[in-house]
Amino acid sequence: MRRETIINAGLAAGLLAIPLWAHVTGEIFTITLATRVAILALAAVGLNLALGLGGLVSFGHAAYFGLGGYAMGILAFHAQTYDPIFTWPFVFEGTKQMLVIWAVALVASGLAAALIGMLTLHTSGAYFIMATLAFGQMFYYLFVSWPKYGGEDGMAIYVRNDFPGLNTLDPIQLFVICYALLMAGLFVSWRIARSPFGLALQAARQNAERVETVGIRPFRIRLAAFVISGMITGLAGALMADLNRFVGPTMFSWHTSGEIMVLVILGGVARLYGPVAGAALFVLLEHWLGGVSDYWLAFVGALLLLVVLFARGGLIGSLAGREVAHD
Amino acid sequence: MTEPVLEIRKLSKSFGALRASRDINLTLLPGEIHALIGPNGAGKSTLIKQIAGNMAPDAGEIRFLGRDVTALDTVGRARMGLGRSFQISSVIAEFTVLQNVVLALQGARGTSYHLFRAVLKDREMTATARAAAGRVGLDDRLAVRAQDLSHGERRKLEIAMALALAPRAFLLDEPMAGMGAEGAAEMTRLLDRLRHEAPILLVEHDMDAVFSLADRISVLDYGEIIASGTVEEIRADPVVRRAYLGDDAEAI
Repeated sequence: MRRETIINAGLAAGLLAIPLWAHVTGEIFTITLATRVAILALAAVGLNLALGLGGLVSFGHAAYFGLGGYAMGILAFHAQTYDPIFTWPFVFEGTKQMLVIWAVALVASGLAAALIGMLTLHTSGAYFIMATLAFGQMFYYLFVSWPKYGGEDGMAIYVRNDFPGLNTLDPIQLFVICYALLMAGLFVSWRIARSPFGLALQAARQNAERVETVGIRPFRIRLAAFVISGMITGLAGALMADLNRFVGPTMFSWHTSGEIMVLVILGGVARLYGPVAGAALFVLLEHWLGGVSDYWLAFVGALLLLVVLFARGGLIGSLAGREVAHD
Repeated sequence: MTEPVLEIRKLSKSFGALRASRDINLTLLPGEIHALIGPNGAGKSTLIKQIAGNMAPDAGEIRFLGRDVTALDTVGRARMGLGRSFQISSVIAEFTVLQNVVLALQGARGTSYHLFRAVLKDREMTATARAAAGRVGLDDRLAVRAQDLSHGERRKLEIAMALALAPRAFLLDEPMAGMGAEGAAEMTRLLDRLRHEAPILLVEHDMDAVFSLADRISVLDYGEIIASGTVEEIRADPVVRRAYLGDDAEAI
């Protein structure tokens, strides 16, 4: 078996085993940390698809994360107040059902990614980074200035949303939901990476002109990847909102975009489990160093520098070595 | 008369005062190798780019398979069956030989939006790709990354990618560039077999190769076709000898 496969299996098993152990010993806080890892990892799995496979350095993935979050916030808010979201052309009520919320989050972030992608994917390099950043910030200011949904203060959702057959207020059950979705996201991204689509996407990253000469349009391939990427990050946003029982405009801020990107780079760009490794490391550092100093992010910054300068494959890359050629 | 596969009519392109293509007429007939020669700066690359669809002409028409493709982009022309190789090797560096050829295959077949099928597990696809790689002599290098190939092997890989498209015409831009004598001879044999697959428009500096392969030769100078004919006619043409063959004229 390849070394990277073993590491991946270890990460998957560890992320499941630790909260289960914590559940047995009653350490609720550890379960919450693990849930946070799973959700952040899912957000980064989304970005990794665009950034890692497609080479699309999106500095605006907070837009999808936030849209996912607000999909949950708005639906739950209307369910809380028994006030339909709109009544024309049909009555659209709020809901507390996670499954419906996820569907709305996926659709909303997918549509936003399609729109933003269509407008930005013709640019490249610094222009693409700036254009995606600008769209992210537009959403940020839109929600800051929308008083109905809490404006700058955001909205608290007092009761966690429901999932059929589970008690979502029980931390370990919520964790299992998030973990299952992370695994689903990883499965999708694994299948895509080795599919014809993934091959074309990775080829477009390296040599777009060559891709055109064999009759494939790089723009369309990138757009499709960007949409899937945004949808996965959007789903993570909905989960994060449910974990925190709160949504606020900071979900849209460029700090969030940067944070998701940091997770990908720390873990290993284009590595399947890079986002998981990155999110685990980030949350652990946040927990340990956050207790030591308020300036813990400075340490993360230093670590990021080390990774970028000396370990381009990130955590997974340093442990598993150079990616082997598939035959 | 047989219908030309590729036909260029009165093609013109200028960059400011520089007229890179002047009223170019050119045809590529079924089964032939038509070589395009000319000194550096004669406008060969500009012409190739217009034929491939990377650059729009100012005036004139390009017809491929009896259809006006002047307004069609690179992707559209590739889909119609224009197999191209580049002057400077252009392959997907991090991909293996097999992955590169498979990419070309899926481009030709339009299967690039399959999200959930493992591309290298598709037996029929990989078998076809292996066959294409085998035809250029890369069958024992399938699992090697393109960036680790030798220069000559990379040139062959480009041909294999063009082959995988099952093209109706090849557009080969200096396939011998940078190759040693032995490599060039091997490539010459390969191209000689390829003409039965589809006609080749060959831009090449290697005169040995051109004279041994070409059915027809067109000479480009200052953006203009100054002569067009069989190998013998071109060799004997005084204008060509003066404009292009120059000091080497005695050698030929």
